[in-house]
Amino acid sequence: MAEPIVRTSRLCKSYYRDSLEIPVLRNINLDIPEGAFLALMGPSGSGKTTLLNLVAGIDQPTSGSLTVAGEDMSRLNDRDLARWRSRHIGFIFQFYNLMPVLTAYENVELPLLLTPLSRQERRDHVVTALSIVGLADRMKHYPRQLSGGQEQRVAIARAIVSDPTVILADEPTGDLDKQSAEEIMTLLSRLNAEFGKTIIMVTHDPRAADKAKVIRHLDKGELDE
Amino acid sequence: MKVFKLIFKNALRRRLRTFLTILGIALAVMAFGLIRTLIDAWYSGARAAAPDRLITRHAVSIVFTLPIAYRDQLLKSDGVEKVTHAAWFGGVYVDPKNFFAQFAVDHTTYFDLYPELIIPPDQLQALADDRRGAIVGRKLADRFGWKVGDPITLIGTIYPGTWEFVIRGIYTGRNPDTDETTFMFRFDYLDETVKQDWPGRAGQVGWYALKISDPRRAAEIGAAVDARFRNSWAETMTETEKDFALNFIQLVGAMIVGLRIISYLIIGVILLVLVNTMAMTIRERTSENAFLRVLGFRPFHLIGLILGESLMIAGFGGALGMVLLKLGSTVVGVAVGGYFPGYHTDLLNYLLCVIIAFAVGCIASLFPIQRALRIRIVDGLRVVD
Repeated sequence: MAEPIVRTSRLCKSYYRDSLEIPVLRNINLDIPEGAFLALMGPSGSGKTTLLNLVAGIDQPTSGSLTVAGEDMSRLNDRDLARWRSRHIGFIFQFYNLMPVLTAYENVELPLLLTPLSRQERRDHVVTALSIVGLADRMKHYPRQLSGGQEQRVAIARAIVSDPTVILADEPTGDLDKQSAEEIMTLLSRLNAEFGKTIIMVTHDPRAADKAKVIRHLDKGELDE
Repeated sequence: MKVFKLIFKNALRRRLRTFLTILGIALAVMAFGLIRTLIDAWYSGARAAAPDRLITRHAVSIVFTLPIAYRDQLLKSDGVEKVTHAAWFGGVYVDPKNFFAQFAVDHTTYFDLYPELIIPPDQLQALADDRRGAIVGRKLADRFGWKVGDPITLIGTIYPGTWEFVIRGIYTGRNPDTDETTFMFRFDYLDETVKQDWPGRAGQVGWYALKISDPRRAAEIGAAVDARFRNSWAETMTETEKDFALNFIQLVGAMIVGLRIISYLIIGVILLVLVNTMAMTIRERTSENAFLRVLGFRPFHLIGLILGESLMIAGFGGALGMVLLKLGSTVVGVAVGGYFPGYHTDLLNYLLCVIIAFAVGCIASLFPIQRALRIRIVDGLRVVD
């Protein structure tokens, strides 16, 4: 059996307010196989985004082990983590996080600036990614000239442009109307089904979660069994 | 897309704020440059001084005169090759606002000691042929539209009355620092008139200029000259032309120090303006910078973006400031040219402006860089822009 793409063992995360420990995640044991589409659900404050941040390597666990794409995250320093993220992680946010001064094309191109790709190669990648999300005709548009759904599709194109190992989506439909949310979920499903992308999605929306292959619930920092 | 393009687009995000910051930097750079130019202008006389010339004046003050009879004794002094003399005239041309320096000079020797004043031989001859003749600097002639042959009337203040002159020559300076704003006329014209109207003031000169054989012996020769006239009724003070010019500057030393302080304060103002802009900018982009780090951008990438933006704003401000400085320098130069003949912004001052703009751009980015790097990614992502 193949190694899971994400494996956590007794993973804990606490925050501290002065000397007061506030546990956010408690003993999370989770294996996510390659090609999975996992939805993490749970009430606000249950630790969903924190778990996503840990998997993305932008936060550090308090204890336990975390392996993502074969890399023991505790062994990476900040510099290695940055390099690792650019290679393995595509991130989609609730509020898109597009650069307002850059066009759709330039926003999608951003992650590729960290790679040794030539200008033409970058162009090929960007055009492909924007075509996949159906925005090849909006390349020169700025975020303010796009609808919310289109902005999120640009963000998805940016997340997949460098062909990452894992796509992490934090409430990707949280700021969208029903129709746009449906389109985004269909797109994510396509990425998972057609391109074999591993997707871990945090959501409050049961309709969005239904698109995932697996749904797990977090409550008060504990994962359902 | 190049990173430079991103920097440029970032800088133009808040166009009004960026424009006002650039304008603020530009005005400050211009003010800094003008003040530095003014300070330099004060020193232009010292820069133009020849090392082989000494100035002998009254030991008490330049306002006291020396007897013309000293001339022969000075010529006998060891190491002194040539001697000439001059006197401050202090006349008014049409309006007191039209200030320029006027000297009565010994036309037979003066221009021999000051070879940096270039005068065509025929004009020198014309001066020799006309007791009321005058030689004026090129800039002064241009200022009032004078040409050779024009009659000029000055109203005397130190020597009251109406004084008539005819311009017989126009000199140009050999070096950029040579004063081209002086009005010089024949000492004998002054002295003969003084003999008639104020006999007690006749035969007096303002100062002597001595050409010495060896500049390395300047101190020794000067001391010997002063020793010669010690205990006379008009003791002398002899110093190099440079020291003579610097002594004038010392009279306004406090003002120059004040101007220097103001120029440094202006740099501080530039810095604060840009620091403020960059701090606001980076605070507004907290989540964006955090997101760039999520994408894999490393601290040095963020440093490059922030430093680049700061340098770009400072650079545009500095460049605009230098254009304004060039224009302002011309305007101010015309306005104060009579008082500061050496007023012109030299390359060094422009270079100083470039260095300051660069330094300000670098320093102003330090605090925003520190803030952008200090914040944890997860905390930055939570900030709502």
